[in-house]
Amino acid sequence: MSIWEYANPKKFMQTSAWALPWVTGLAVLTLITGLVWGFFFTPDDFRMGSTVKIIYIHVPAAIMATGTWFMMLAASLIWLIRRHHVSVLAAKAAAPVGTTMTLIGLFTGAIWGQPMWGTWWAWDPRLTAFLILFLFYLGYMALWEAIEDPDTAADLTSVLCLVGSVFAIISRYAVLFWNQGLHQGSSLSMDAEEHVSDVYAWPLWVAIVGFGLLFVSLVLIRTRTEIRSRRLRALEARERMA
Amino acid sequence: MTALLLRDLTLALRAGGGFGLSLAFFLIVTVLVPFGVGPEGGVLGRIAPGILWVGALLACLLSLDRIFALDYEDGTLDLMATAPIPLETVTATKALAHWLTTGLPLTLAAPALGVLLNLPTAGFSWLTLSLAVGTPALSMIGAFGAALTVGLKRGGLLLSLLVLPLYIPTLIFGADCVRRGVEGLPTTTPLLMLLGITLGSVAILPFAAAAAIRVNLR
Amino acid sequence: MDLTVTDLSIARGGIPVLGHVSLTLRSGCALVLRGPNGIGKTTLLRTIAGLQPPLSGTIGLPSEDVAYAGHADGIKSTLSVTENLRFWARIFGTGDIAPALAAMDLAALAERPAHSLSAGQKRRLGLARLLVTGRRFWLLDEPTVSLDAASVALFARAVRTHLSNGGATLMATHIDLGIAEAEVLDLTPFRAAPSAAAPGGFDEAFA
Repeated sequence: MSIWEYANPKKFMQTSAWALPWVTGLAVLTLITGLVWGFFFTPDDFRMGSTVKIIYIHVPAAIMATGTWFMMLAASLIWLIRRHHVSVLAAKAAAPVGTTMTLIGLFTGAIWGQPMWGTWWAWDPRLTAFLILFLFYLGYMALWEAIEDPDTAADLTSVLCLVGSVFAIISRYAVLFWNQGLHQGSSLSMDAEEHVSDVYAWPLWVAIVGFGLLFVSLVLIRTRTEIRSRRLRALEARERMA
Repeated sequence: MTALLLRDLTLALRAGGGFGLSLAFFLIVTVLVPFGVGPEGGVLGRIAPGILWVGALLACLLSLDRIFALDYEDGTLDLMATAPIPLETVTATKALAHWLTTGLPLTLAAPALGVLLNLPTAGFSWLTLSLAVGTPALSMIGAFGAALTVGLKRGGLLLSLLVLPLYIPTLIFGADCVRRGVEGLPTTTPLLMLLGITLGSVAILPFAAAAAIRVNLR
Repeated sequence: MDLTVTDLSIARGGIPVLGHVSLTLRSGCALVLRGPNGIGKTTLLRTIAGLQPPLSGTIGLPSEDVAYAGHADGIKSTLSVTENLRFWARIFGTGDIAPALAAMDLAALAERPAHSLSAGQKRRLGLARLLVTGRRFWLLDEPTVSLDAASVALFARAVRTHLSNGGATLMATHIDLGIAEAEVLDLTPFRAAPSAAAPGGFDEAFA
């Protein structure tokens, strides 16, 4: 039995219908565990006070923001090479989730940054990179919306995702270069892992797994919706022809 | 290929929009900036590299949707796709024609606009050089964006949304090259990166653009 | 070598329109496609021209030996008739445009900019383009639109010359060109049957 069997829409609908409640339930469970543990059962940081606890949302969201784009890249490649419709529909379904994760990352970053750095926003390389990623998500979704024919849209958005990925990576390094070029040795560091001790790390890992499961659950739901709407289209077309 | 290039250049010349509009837009943007930030020479000189690069980039954007849209509407692209020259050559040639009618005039006009913005003397050569190296990438990336949106009725706005994020690295390295030139810092790294982006775009994007056009012709 | 189409199924906008079309086009032959609006004549021609992929089936075709002429003629209005034609001659790597101008009676208009031509004159210019491609198989989609009777006769003569030189044409048209040897293929029997997939399956939405 090959893994590609699940790329068949019928098979996918069956399997995902079975898996969805489990994934969703597990996501809710881990999210509650991770967040409650992180928010209420960890000590305040001696430097940052209770503001540190926002990392239980901030870091998982940021990880999912970039992770989603990589998932979309993989799904687009599978579509372009193997022409599996479910794959490209999953990429389409993931984009709004990734966008939301990026926004959550940016907002929680701003809320955290305000008391820490005294500013809501700094053109720190990492912040800037996420802002650029947000723009890429917008473009990708706008292209999907703009094109009428679903297969044309799938092809074009996949090509955009491919080219966009290359340019997003170049942008990441360009931004690093640009910022150092402006103010040498920036003192702002968003690198959470640097000052995370074990007390904070365990709930953080649970929260990251929870966000990951939440992502899978949302993408499954959205992909199922996309497949249904495609089927609706086909049924309507048949109605018109008959 | 020469035939196509010559035809595109002739069309740009006869239609009158090609050279003139982008240049005029570049001029107007540059003139507007002092009204916005105040006439103080020091401030203007400091932001001039960035303003000139952003202005050139926007002026470039203005004419992008014409690269393929006209040929799509009158059926030329259909006929091109069945012609003996590969579509990859067509997209690369059309990007080159776009650069000759937009990027090159912008590069040549930029020093004059640099005077308006009090660009320090040391910056002029770097401004021209960085634009000359960087604007081909803008045309090629733009041609790719135009190929993606060629089948759409109102593709212009979407085109900007798709292309501008792709322009970010070019803008960063281009403007930084000029800024470093002004401050007397070494400019090799940004210039090489700019060259890398241009060469990479020219090497890869004609294929992506041709693929997009084939999809749009279906 | 002939142009052969075997068991071809095609879709327009993701919806199957024609199924299991087979045809053969030999040198010196003309084949006219007939059928009501929307049956898929344009889609069939575009598929054979390689502009869109078929759902299934094969198209056997000597490589780079097809010239396609669709609804739009690809004429640049700011260029003159000669410039338009010379451009296509250079793209297709053929030289002389004078015979094409003469054949479509455009010699008198040669220096006129294309925007000053009437619709019928533009169409004649579009058809003259076929002559400068130097290709053997012509795929023509409603070639006689906006042509007057005299121009249709002119075009029919050009097609006959082309056939006698070993060329072949596949065209969708409703006008009788008066080409005696032309065969007619009615596409109505090939109309795609509504999808056979069992209702209730999620596969059916995806061709």
